[in-house]
Amino acid sequence: MIIVAADSPASASSSPWHFFGYFMDHRSEDLGWLWTHAWLSVVPVMVGLLIALPLGWLSRRYGWLYPPMMSITGLLYTIPSIALFVLVPPLLGLSSLDPLQVPIALTVYSVALLVRVVADGLASVPDDVNQAATAIGYTRARRLFKVELPVAVPVIAAGLRVATVSNVSMVAIAGTIGMSNLGQLFQIGKDLSTPTAYYPPIVLGIVLCVLLALVLDSIILILTRLATPWRRAVPAR
Amino acid sequence: MAKGGAGQMIGQVFSWLTDSAHWQDTALDTGITTQLLAHIRFSLIALGIASAIGLPLGLYIGHTRRGTFLVAGANALRSLPSVGLLVLLTVMIAPHFHGRTDIGYVIPTEIVLVLLAVPPILSNTYAGVDNVSPAVTDAARGMGMRGRQVLFNVELPCSLPLIFSGIRSATLQVIATATIASFVPLGGLGRFIYDGLQQQDYPQMIGGGVLVAGLALAADLLLAAIQRFAVSRGISGRFSTKGGAPVGPIEAALTRAEVETV
Repeated sequence: MIIVAADSPASASSSPWHFFGYFMDHRSEDLGWLWTHAWLSVVPVMVGLLIALPLGWLSRRYGWLYPPMMSITGLLYTIPSIALFVLVPPLLGLSSLDPLQVPIALTVYSVALLVRVVADGLASVPDDVNQAATAIGYTRARRLFKVELPVAVPVIAAGLRVATVSNVSMVAIAGTIGMSNLGQLFQIGKDLSTPTAYYPPIVLGIVLCVLLALVLDSIILILTRLATPWRRAVPAR
Repeated sequence: MAKGGAGQMIGQVFSWLTDSAHWQDTALDTGITTQLLAHIRFSLIALGIASAIGLPLGLYIGHTRRGTFLVAGANALRSLPSVGLLVLLTVMIAPHFHGRTDIGYVIPTEIVLVLLAVPPILSNTYAGVDNVSPAVTDAARGMGMRGRQVLFNVELPCSLPLIFSGIRSATLQVIATATIASFVPLGGLGRFIYDGLQQQDYPQMIGGGVLVAGLALAADLLLAAIQRFAVSRGISGRFSTKGGAPVGPIEAALTRAEVETV
């Protein structure tokens, strides 16, 4: 079957199932968006984890820090993403459409979620385990990195999955305020849909976002499995 | 330099927000008051429908342990991009409505809002009932309570903290997505963000962001206050020295993740 390259999308089929054809016609552009979308979904979570690890550890180590830390992060997590996107530049002194505003806002969400996850993950380490580690001569720092954090990996990974999957959706929202990522496909679809609906870019955007979320989710799941070999050694309860 | 620019911008946003002319409707522009009320109206309709679906269904599934696949299925919706869904349903539905009403945009928006609000309510209600200790329900049955009594007099009050965290999470999700509905385009506070962006009127755009954030925080605070009165002290752990589990949007997100992996 030969698909005649259609420069004007109106001449192509507007059926929702034509999204693959649309993808083939605009491959380089779509792949570029997919790539930035993937980066924008992953990097803020990584940075967020790096910031959340010490904060979560602190709020676990010093109990009085836990309630205020949870209140602040809860408050930040309450702000809708589109609002945070536009609020970040004036608060940080960036220009109003700065390419950094979206990753910074997403990092804020990731930190907010992960501080709690890290603190709860560390709290999930059984006391016997910590005492055993201390008894065989682990220093506090060595115990943290060799015992507590590895044991907390499943809890932290669950938080990473939530943060990453919700990031994919929030990056698409950033597309509506002009950032170039898969959200642009929705903008294009909307613009091409007057007077009659033109589905391919919209369906393509949804399909790529869901696939991206599933792939990133699976990667975290696989890495967690690899990082916690002991969980497979004991029969599941 | 940048610092000064930011300070200036904050001043401009403040004066945009405090200018009473921006709060009232004029012949050309819709004011903040009207858009705020529209935003609240869209959100309440969606939350009402979603609660009417999610609460009874979650209670039923948690009580009978039947149909848990529904909870997992609802959670799978989480990876769908809300903007994409919104644009898709709008271009599907809007052309069928003509005239001066915005009903062609309201219907797809409400469908998306309900789709996004049901999963957190459903999975938190299910998790709440599911988490009630079997010892408690056994004791209730031992006292001669029937299934319905166990559900409404024991399981429901015990699961209220999680149910509330689900409703709060759904509320935030709905307020956030109703903002994006202005992109399709529909009224609501998002109007200021998208209009400000288009007209390069950044004080208006950022002012819209402030309003949306304020609405979300106010709604969450209101629900937290209701929760305080609705949840029994014996369950919330308030006034106990141990302190109860905190509840909020983060907990709701994590509860959903937990339910999902079950």
